Amino acid sequence: MQPFSYEKVTNEHEAIERARLGNATFVAGGTTLVDLMKLNVEVPAALVDINALPLNQIEDQSDGSIRIGALVRNGDLAQDSRIQSRYRVLSQAILAGASAQLRNMATTGGNLMQRTRCYYFRDPVYPCNKRQPGAGCAAMDGYNRIHAVLGVSDKCIATHPSDMAVALVALDASVHIRGANGERAVPITEFHLLPGDTPHRETVVRPGELITYVTLPSGPFGAHSAYVKLRDRASYEFALASAAVALQVEGTTVRSARVALGGVATKPWRALQAEQVLTGSTANTAAFRNAADAALTGAVSRRYNAYKIELAKRAIVRALTDALMD
Amino acid sequence: MSTAVGGSISRKDGWVKVTGRAPYAADHPIAGVAHAVAIQSTIANGRITAIATSLAENAPGVLAVIHHGNAPKLYRPENDFMSATKPGEARVVFEDDRVHYSGQYVAIIVAETLEQARYAAELVKISYAVEDPLIETDAALDSAYLPDEFFGEKLTTKRGDPDGALSGAAVTHEASYTTPIEHHNPMEPSASIAVWNGDELTLYETTQWVAGARKTVAQTLGIAEEKIHIVSPFIGGGFGCKGFVWPHSVLSAIAAKKVNRPVKLNLTRKHMFSACGHRSETKQHVRLGAERNGRLVAIDHDTVVQTSTVEEFVEACGNTSRFLYSCPNVRVRHRAVRVNVATPTPMRAPGENPGLFALESALDELAYKLNMDPVELRIVNHADVNEHTRKPWSSKYLKECYRMAAEHFEWARRALQPESMRDGNVLVGWGMATATYPGIRSPGAAKVRLLQDGSVDVISATQDMGGGTYTTMAQIAADVMGVAIERIRTVLGDSLLPPAPVSGGSMTTASILPAIRKAAQDALSKLRQLAATMPASPFTNRPHDDIVAEGGRVFPKGADPSSGLAYEDVLKRTNQSEIEGEGYTGPGPERDKFAFQSFGAHFVEVKVDPEIATVQVSRVVSAFDVGRIVNPKTARSQGYSGVIMGIGMALMEHTVYDSRDGSIVTSNLADYAIPVNADAHSIDILFVDKPDPFIDSDGLGARGVGEITVTGVAPAIANAVYHATGRRIRDLPITPDKLL
Ligand SMILES: Cc1cc2nc3c(=O)[nH]c(=O)nc-3n(C[C@H](O)[C@H](O)[C@H](O)COP(=O)(O)OP(=O)(O)OC[C@H]3O[C@@H](n4cnc5c(N)ncnc54)[C@H](O)[C@@H]3O)c2cc1C
Ligand code: SF4
Repeated sequence: MQPFSYEKVTNEHEAIERARLGNATFVAGGTTLVDLMKLNVEVPAALVDINALPLNQIEDQSDGSIRIGALVRNGDLAQDSRIQSRYRVLSQAILAGASAQLRNMATTGGNLMQRTRCYYFRDPVYPCNKRQPGAGCAAMDGYNRIHAVLGVSDKCIATHPSDMAVALVALDASVHIRGANGERAVPITEFHLLPGDTPHRETVVRPGELITYVTLPSGPFGAHSAYVKLRDRASYEFALASAAVALQVEGTTVRSARVALGGVATKPWRALQAEQVLTGSTANTAAFRNAADAALTGAVSRRYNAYKIELAKRAIVRALTDALMD
Repeated sequence: MSTAVGGSISRKDGWVKVTGRAPYAADHPIAGVAHAVAIQSTIANGRITAIATSLAENAPGVLAVIHHGNAPKLYRPENDFMSATKPGEARVVFEDDRVHYSGQYVAIIVAETLEQARYAAELVKISYAVEDPLIETDAALDSAYLPDEFFGEKLTTKRGDPDGALSGAAVTHEASYTTPIEHHNPMEPSASIAVWNGDELTLYETTQWVAGARKTVAQTLGIAEEKIHIVSPFIGGGFGCKGFVWPHSVLSAIAAKKVNRPVKLNLTRKHMFSACGHRSETKQHVRLGAERNGRLVAIDHDTVVQTSTVEEFVEACGNTSRFLYSCPNVRVRHRAVRVNVATPTPMRAPGENPGLFALESALDELAYKLNMDPVELRIVNHADVNEHTRKPWSSKYLKECYRMAAEHFEWARRALQPESMRDGNVLVGWGMATATYPGIRSPGAAKVRLLQDGSVDVISATQDMGGGTYTTMAQIAADVMGVAIERIRTVLGDSLLPPAPVSGGSMTTASILPAIRKAAQDALSKLRQLAATMPASPFTNRPHDDIVAEGGRVFPKGADPSSGLAYEDVLKRTNQSEIEGEGYTGPGPERDKFAFQSFGAHFVEVKVDPEIATVQVSRVVSAFDVGRIVNPKTARSQGYSGVIMGIGMALMEHTVYDSRDGSIVTSNLADYAIPVNADAHSIDILFVDKPDPFIDSDGLGARGVGEITVTGVAPAIANAVYHATGRRIRDLPITPDKLL
């Protein structure tokens, strides 16, 4: 761990001003950042503590959407009655992640920004393009059982580990980002970047920019939604594969569908092909399986993670089945 | 009269533990302590060519940087378990520039604060001449060798003609079974605080063997054993990784000497993955031959394990197969390969646990071939004597274990065919396996001290790893002394106390409790003698054997206890501050006559959701024959912990090494999964509770309960998974990818 300075800010303007100074990093719950600082993976010169910013509310908006402050704790978000009734898949996804203690610290903004659990990323002894552009990728021919099969590049195959973000993708959320030049809203599907040749660039957030809110549009997907997470133990474990789905069904016909995947892709993954297969089809296991196959077309596996292709399909089928019965 | 022994008494140390007042090794408040951080090698094979320390030495607060180039001379200890000189590895730390495995200690930093030491550790630059490491068993098979013995037991044995019997057998089964490297992962990482006072050293440790630590560290440092004092009152779990002496206990000592003040070295979780042992990977090949009626005619159990290049430790998987069932033709062989991986060490039921995964899985497979209930198959092959040593069992209630557990589990409702039981869309599987572990006993000593306030100290240099020794020691003292258990203090975990064996091999109860009984009897005898000397008392002119000391009172034989005096009044009126009894016992000729062995059985229900490849261990019923149960409550907890550890072994635990460079990629508790509460469901622990008539001469009859509980759990689960799904998984752990 390297020495660093620490400062607590009380308003957004101050936060952004401070963060513009060299190599400063926001700290919210600290559950990702401090961990990585101890491992020397993150080496900020300055920590700007944003926990005192007034961004900890969940608010109904006049257009029927819901606005979630970036500092709302994951635990509070999951337990919110509006989220539980109107966006159940989000509540389920959050509660499937980490532990109660971590969820009570982790924030909405921090969760979106969390880094991969790739073993080699977390150990500076190994070459890692994400940690050190151009260094190479130790996972490619290493132990890659937990790595991604979708959205991979020859530079990086690390998964994005978030559960929450997968539900946000299914719910068409947008992320509000504020910088020195004002605020913008980015659709969640465009928020995270594919690794491509630049795996060190993970999101559209530029240095010094602050996530202020996440908004959830009102939508027809409250009724039928589900999150299914498959993993090596029953709790407190990252996903090997997960699926967040939402269905709008009329009679037995799927009017529209949302399918998003976690644990198998380099970013929280929207499976548009699966949604297309589902739309207009009869809601049954055969259609769900077709959708699952479509979702994983183009998947690329390495030595230890081929099983994820089938596992992800199983997660999708189960989630769709659960959503239908919901 | 016995009331405390056999009672479900809550842990005496529970209160100080849950209120955070129990000092674990790193918690002892030592004035002026400096902090050490150990640096581990990042290569698995090669030499250190240079260590650049000047940046670190000039960093704030740094007091010393120690490595092989400037370390004091250290000596290899005898390395003999029987004489309590057992290091984890024969090579002493900083012996030379060689690197044998990734994670080997290569330097240590001492600084004013922990943060300064950590920071400086990152500034040390170490250069290596790297050689290709040998990491995987398969890659090393060519150089496999036949180790001779493991703790006095031959590792290759044969009786009868297994090959001949196999070729003539009506039914045979043959398969390979593998278990991965597993780590103990106790809650409390190892730690050591060294305090020198002149040439005398006090080490605050977390050790399963204070006597072993004292002698082994003394020999390593080249000083007299009497100069070292080991203090280890509380242990946050050990499971074997705190049994032998590992380098950190020496590192803190040489660091403290060098900086001339106390030094604390607290290992991180990452250190724990290469600095104090693990369970070796095992590759086992089992061949079984049987008659149509299920009678075994041949067992061949062939094992390959790993050991390191700096020590020989062999996971003796096959040795149980020599006697668990009746069988005329048995061959057991162990081969070892030396790899560039840190040294394996005992981990809860070393040998028995992975060995039973193979044997008990194989037996299950044979049962299906015979179309026979797996319990029936085991009963048909019940071993009435130990056919390996040809000794009768001291006592054996294995059939009773099968019966008790099966009944409680309602095994009779089981359908024989796999994939035949369901709960909605979920497949239900029922499996079982036998559990076993030897009934070991070692010499041990104890003192019992009666104080003037009527309270009692019970004292021995044994250890409590969390299993309940604080409580069981007090229980037997309470019964013999006739003093309420609340008035008894247990003192242990200190090398100045009467010597006791390692808290390993499930031997503590059988070794220490008889010594305490003797010590308490000795204290009472001294009390009676004292009473006999009292003038103007109810005892005047009575010989001491005409006086009774019982239930807290001293009184003339035949008289009403109320006519006598309370223990404390005898002490007060004779102006004695205390009376101290001593006891020393050990195993005797009974060991030549009998085979001492504990047995048990696990019955397991799993629910497998085949579509999503998920296994839930929904119900476990386990029954054990471990002699007398001294404390059902703490014994049951050992049962729960063994079963839950077995769930971990069956479903998730495995340490992953990157075969390219030999480092561990899962060296933390997020990437190395152990069971959480959500993985443990209904667990019922039953005991036969019949005293072993021969294990001690004092009528206690308790064999240990620590290790047996984990044996057999993993195969019972794998057998249940097969019964649920028709899928036989022979390679642990049974993770979702293997069930797709
Ligand atoms: C053992 C363990 C298990 C876990 N298991 C799971 C799991 O199963 N599923 C899962 O989804 N997650 C899991 N997590 C991850 C956890 O959800 C994240 O660590 C958490 O959400 C991060 O939030 P935080 O507020 O603590 O972020 P911090 O650590 O404070 O910050 C993380 C990053 O986000 C940046 N940041 C934070 N807030 C803002 C903001 N408002 N604007 C711009 N940048 C910001 C920080 O600069 C930093 O780079 C686990 C974590 C641990 C340690
Ligand atoms: S997969 Fe990505 S994060 Fe992991 S080592 Fe390769 S480049 Fe680094």
